[in-house]
Amino acid sequence: MSQLEKNLSPEKARKAAKEHKAKNRRVFIKTLFSRKLVLVSSIILVLIILAAILAPVISPYNPNAIAVKERNQSPSAAHLLGTDEYGRDVLSRIIYGSQVSLIVGVLAVAIACVIGTTLGMIAGFFGGFVDDVISRIAEAIRVIPQVVLAIALCAVFGGGIVNMAIILGISNMTVYIRMMRSQVMSIKERDYIMAGRLQGNSNWRLMLRHILPNSVSPIIVTMTQQIGGTILSEAGLSFLGLGISVPTASWGSLVSGGRAYLLSNPVYSLAPGFAIALLVVCLNTVGDGVRDALDPRLRGEV
Amino acid sequence: MSHLLEVRNLVTTFRNEGKEFNAIEGVSLHVDRGEIVGIVGESGSGKSVTMLSSLQLIASPGRVAGGEVYLEGIEQNLLSFGSDSEQMRQIRGGRISMIFQEPMTSLNPVLTVGYQIQENVLLHTDLSQEEAKKRTIEAMKMVNIPDAETRYDYYPQQFSGGMRQRIMIAMAMAPNPDILIADEATTALDVTTQAQLLEMIRRIAKETNTAVIMITHNLGLVARYAERIYVMYGGHMMETADCKSIFHETRHPYTRALLRAIPRLDDPKDRILIPIDGLPPVPSQRPDYCPFYARCEYRCDRCLQHTDAAMKEVLPGHWSSCCLTEEELAAREEELQHKDYGASPERKQSDKLCLDVKDVRKYFPVYKGLLRKKVGEVKAIEDITFFVRQGETLGVVGESGCGKTTLARCIMRMYEPDEGQIIFDGEDVAHRKDNELKAFRPKISMIFQDPFSSLDPRQNAESIVGESLLIHKLVKDRGEYAQRVDDLFRKVGMDPALKDRVAHEFSGGQRQRIGIARALSSNPRMIICDEPISALDVSIQAQIINLLENIQAETGISYIFIAHDLAVVKHISDRILVMYLGRVMEIASCDELYENPLHPYTQALLSAIPVPDPVTEEGREAITIQGEVPSILKRPTGCPFHNRCPQCTELCKKETPALHETRDGHMVACHQY
Repeated sequence: MSQLEKNLSPEKARKAAKEHKAKNRRVFIKTLFSRKLVLVSSIILVLIILAAILAPVISPYNPNAIAVKERNQSPSAAHLLGTDEYGRDVLSRIIYGSQVSLIVGVLAVAIACVIGTTLGMIAGFFGGFVDDVISRIAEAIRVIPQVVLAIALCAVFGGGIVNMAIILGISNMTVYIRMMRSQVMSIKERDYIMAGRLQGNSNWRLMLRHILPNSVSPIIVTMTQQIGGTILSEAGLSFLGLGISVPTASWGSLVSGGRAYLLSNPVYSLAPGFAIALLVVCLNTVGDGVRDALDPRLRGEV
Repeated sequence: MSHLLEVRNLVTTFRNEGKEFNAIEGVSLHVDRGEIVGIVGESGSGKSVTMLSSLQLIASPGRVAGGEVYLEGIEQNLLSFGSDSEQMRQIRGGRISMIFQEPMTSLNPVLTVGYQIQENVLLHTDLSQEEAKKRTIEAMKMVNIPDAETRYDYYPQQFSGGMRQRIMIAMAMAPNPDILIADEATTALDVTTQAQLLEMIRRIAKETNTAVIMITHNLGLVARYAERIYVMYGGHMMETADCKSIFHETRHPYTRALLRAIPRLDDPKDRILIPIDGLPPVPSQRPDYCPFYARCEYRCDRCLQHTDAAMKEVLPGHWSSCCLTEEELAAREEELQHKDYGASPERKQSDKLCLDVKDVRKYFPVYKGLLRKKVGEVKAIEDITFFVRQGETLGVVGESGCGKTTLARCIMRMYEPDEGQIIFDGEDVAHRKDNELKAFRPKISMIFQDPFSSLDPRQNAESIVGESLLIHKLVKDRGEYAQRVDDLFRKVGMDPALKDRVAHEFSGGQRQRIGIARALSSNPRMIICDEPISALDVSIQAQIINLLENIQAETGISYIFIAHDLAVVKHISDRILVMYLGRVMEIASCDELYENPLHPYTQALLSAIPVPDPVTEEGREAITIQGEVPSILKRPTGCPFHNRCPQCTELCKKETPALHETRDGHMVACHQY
C-alpha cells in the first residue's frame, strides 16, 4: 500500500493510466496469440478474407465464363483445380464463393445475435409476462428443425444472399435468447447490479452498461462458432439447390455440382468441401482463443 | 522427548506459470496427546497447507518438497510413505481426522448420515457391521444429536448447518482418532452455534484424550479454547507458546501488531485500532528474509540478513522467529509508545433524525404448484421501529436469518415494505414508486459484504466510483468529473493512478476501499454497511474500520453498520440494535448494551464472543443457550426466542412482547422488564 498511497501528479497519473491501458491491450494480444493454433488459424482466416475481397484481382478466370471445350478437366497448370461441367475454372469459383460464405455467415450471425441478445436480455431482466411471451416464441421457432424452417422460408422468400442471411439469422436467434436470458437471470442477482440499482441506474442503463458487458464472453464464443455453423447451413441449403441461385458461385452449390463427377474428377467436389471445413475450423479456434483472452480472470494470471 | 505428532522443517512448493515457490517454508510443530493446539494466521499464511501437507493431501500443482512428519507408534517418517499408500490411508481418518469449514458441502447428499459415519468406522476399525452401527449411534449421541437412532436414517439435507457440522465431528471421532484437525470448522456458523460446538469439541477431546488442532484466523477463539498456540504468517511459523504466554508475553512483532489491530469486546470506547500497513506478501514474491519485514514496525537492517526460518526459544517454552533481541524489542516498543497514531476522531452528532423507521413489516409470499397459488408467507421482518441521528452509527447485530439484510433492503427501498413508515430526512419514502425515488437514491448508499461480487468485473475503477456522479448529474463537465473521482480515491487512501484498473486487479482490502469510494460519491447522508469487513483479513479490517470512522468525522455521515461480529460493532457504533428472527430484541447505547444487557438473547450473544485474552476469558461467565436459530418459516409463537430462552415463562409462549423503553433510550422486547 505504501507505494499506492503516495499521490502522483495528475499528468503522471494520466500517463500511468494510458500506459496501463496499452499494457492491457498488449496482454490481450499476447494471450490471444500465445497459442500456436490460434495464430495459425487467424492467419488462414485473414488470407481467406483477403481472397474474398481481392477476388477480382487474384482469380485467374472469370468465375462465370463458360468454356464448353474445356469442361470436366482434371487439375492442370492452366486450371489448378480443374474445371466444372461448363468448363468454368473451379479455383476462381471457390475464390468468389468465399464472398458468399463470409457475407452470409457474418450477416446471419449478426442478425441472430442482435435480435436474440436483445430479446433474451429483456426476457431475463424483466421476467414475468414479458419473459413468458418471448420464451414461448423462441420455443415455437426451436421446435421446427432448423433446416426444415430454412427450407420453408427459402421457398416463401426465395434465395439470394440477403434473404439467406435473414432466414438463417432468424432460425439461429433462439440460441441467443436462451443463453442471454439465463445469463441475465444469474447476473442480475449479483451485488454489483444491486449496487448499480442503488446508485439510481435506470433499467436500460443497467442492462447496457452492467449486464451486457458481463455476459458478452459466451456470446462472442457462440457467435464465432455460429458463423461456422451458419456457413455450413448455407452450404447445405445451396447444396440442396435452395440457397444462392445460379450462376453465383457458392461453396455449397460447388460441392453439389461436383457430386456427379466424384469418381472422374474428385477435386471439383472435394476442394470447396475442404474450403468449408478449413474456414469453419479456423473460426472456431479463433473464437475459443478470443474467449480465453477476454476473460479478465484468465488474463490476470498471465 | 517424543510427541504424538511431530512435524519438522516441512516445505511445500506450488508451481504456477512455470515457476516454483514455497507455500510453507521450514514449518515445525508438535502436538501431544489430549492437548488443544491452535494455529492462527491470515488467509494465505499456510496454516491449512501445513496440515494438508503433513497428511500428504496436497494436490498438484502443489508438492511436499521436504521435511519430516512423525506419528507416535510409527518409526518411519510419514512422508516416506506414498501419498496413496495403505499406511497413509489408514492414518487419514483412522488416527488423524479432519473437519472442514463448509458443513453444507462436506456430506454426500445421496447417502444417509448414518451410512456415512458407519463407512468411516468400518474402514478404520475391525468392527462388524452391527458393532459399527452401535459405534455410529454412540458417536451421534456424543455430539448431542437428539434421537440418534432415528436420525441415523436421515439424509444430510434434513439437518441444519450446525447439525451437519456435528455430524462431521461424529464422523471424524467415530473411529477413535488420536488427533482431530478442525480447519476453520466453525467459521461459517452463527456465533451461538459456534460456541456450542467448540465447547463440545473441548469436552469430547478431554473425555477421549484426543488431541485437537484448531486452525483459525480468530484470535479470540484460540484464546478461549487452545492450550498452546502457533502463529503463522506468509508460510513461516512466527511464534509459539502456551496460550497465556502468547497473549501476555508477546514476542514477535507480527503477533503484537495483530493484537493491536483487532477490536475486542472489552475495549474502552475510545481505543484506537492500529492497523498493520500494507498487504501480506504474494507467495511467489516472498523474500527469503522475514516475510513480515515490509510491514513490521520493529524492523532493522539486520532482519534483511536473517534468512533462517527456524524459531528460537526466547523464554522457557516460548519460541519466536524474530531475530531481534529482547532489549531491542523493548527499546523499539518504548519508541512506539510515543508514536502518535492520531486520537480517535472527534465526531459531531446532531439531535436531528436522519432516519426514522416506524413499524416496518415485510412478508414474502410463498407460491406453490402449477398455478402459483399463494400458500403462505415468510415473515421476514415485522414491527421494526428505530431511529438514527445524523452523524451517528447504529450497529445492527443478529445471527443469520434474523432479517438484517431484508431490513437494509427495505431502507434502501430495494423492497417496498408491506406496512410502516421509513422517514428519511423528514420525508416518508416507504411507499414511493420507483420513479419517485430518483431524488432519494443519491442520499443513501451501501457498502457490501463481498468485495469480489460487489464490483462490476467489466468496469474500471474510475467508472465504478464515478457512475453516480454522471447518473445524478452532480458534475458540470469532464474536468470536474475527473477531479471528483481523484478526490474520492484519495479520500479512501488510494492512488488515483490506479483508476483505470478493473476490479480483479485489486486486493480484497483495496476493492472494499473502491466500494467505499463508490458509496461516498454522491455525498450521501447515510451509508448502510452490510458486513463490510467480515470478508477481509484481520490485518486489513482495522484499516477499513479506521477509514470509516475518519470519513464519518469528516463528513458527519450516518452509518447503519450490520455485522455478526459484536466486537467490531461495539468498536464502531454509538447505539446497537439486536435482531432475532425478524424482530427487534433490544436497542441501547453501546456501553449500556455491553455493560447491562437486558434481553436473555443479547446476554447469550455477548457471552458467545470470545475475547483475545485468556485471563479475561477465564473470568467471564459463560451463558450458553440451547438449540439453533430456527428457520424463519417456523417462527415460534409468542416471543420468537422463547424455545431457547433459559428464563422462558408461560406468558412468553403465548404473547409476543412489545419493544418498550426501560430507561434512557434502552429499549427491550422481553416480558421480564
